Amino acid sequence: MPALPLDEAGKYVAGAYVVFVALLLIYVAIMAVRIDRMREELSDLADLAERKARSTQHAAGRPQAEADERSREVVG
Amino acid sequence: MIRLEMPSLRTMALATVVVLGGAFALAFFYAPNDADQGFVQKIFYLHVPIAICALGGFILAAIYAIAHLRTGNPIHDVRAYVSIHMGIIFGTAALLTGAIWARAAWGKWWVWEEPTLVSFLIVYLLYATYYPLRYAIEDRERQARYASVFAITAGAFVPLNFIAVRLAESLVHPRVFATSEGGLPGEMLFTFLVALAGMALLFATLMRFELAAKATRGQISRLRRALDSEAPAAAASRIAPGGSG
Repeated sequence: MPALPLDEAGKYVAGAYVVFVALLLIYVAIMAVRIDRMREELSDLADLAERKARSTQHAAGRPQAEADERSREVVG
Repeated sequence: MIRLEMPSLRTMALATVVVLGGAFALAFFYAPNDADQGFVQKIFYLHVPIAICALGGFILAAIYAIAHLRTGNPIHDVRAYVSIHMGIIFGTAALLTGAIWARAAWGKWWVWEEPTLVSFLIVYLLYATYYPLRYAIEDRERQARYASVFAITAGAFVPLNFIAVRLAESLVHPRVFATSEGGLPGEMLFTFLVALAGMALLFATLMRFELAAKATRGQISRLRRALDSEAPAAAASRIAPGGSG
């Protein structure tokens, strides 16, 4: 197996290392897209949870207000 | 019993960058040029550790699959899945870098007469069928069980294949380790071992990253299910006679 001259061999060696780095970058890019999608989904869920918490407070707020009113009357 | 604490993902990523960067620096500035192949041999420090990690990933998947079948714990199935996933990615890199080396050394991108190349391709294609096999089954539990059986059977095939190739007679692909000529010289061996450690660290880091992403994905799904099931239940309790609403 005769050795290739440096200028000829260099492009193959560079090619192999570039392919490795490119594959790594593609993988990182795919993972970045997946993580971004998860971040969006988490933000949707946070909005949903906040809306629920507000509606629960709203529903529980009226009886609580009535109870507060009664207790003020008793104390007064 | 002493429990070993796993390093954080950040520590693993930093260690990977340092070790792999160091290995590549050693390959170009410390290891001598091969007398036979010349500068092209520098691909060896990239291609061989990638191929070893790919095959190691397949064997690791078989070990996790055995643990899954023994315990029934789905975490082992997820780990087996991720090991095969990483093995396929590393296998792709091994095939591509190997083809580039073959073009430089032999003047051909691929040699069908070479058992090392063909056997690696067979193993790679075998594992490529893992995804369609797994997702062809809808029932989650059956899917995990069948995938584990596949991972064990295919995993046993990996060392058998390696031995068969070693026993084959006509070889153009270089045999570097344990040859009668004495194997690699000291500087080359040291560089290769650092490159192998770096590549194994990269494999472990990416696997950890993938597992963390999968766990987060699972928790998001759980959260969505909990929030979705809470809404109709709360509405029903308000509508139902005698309900709290």
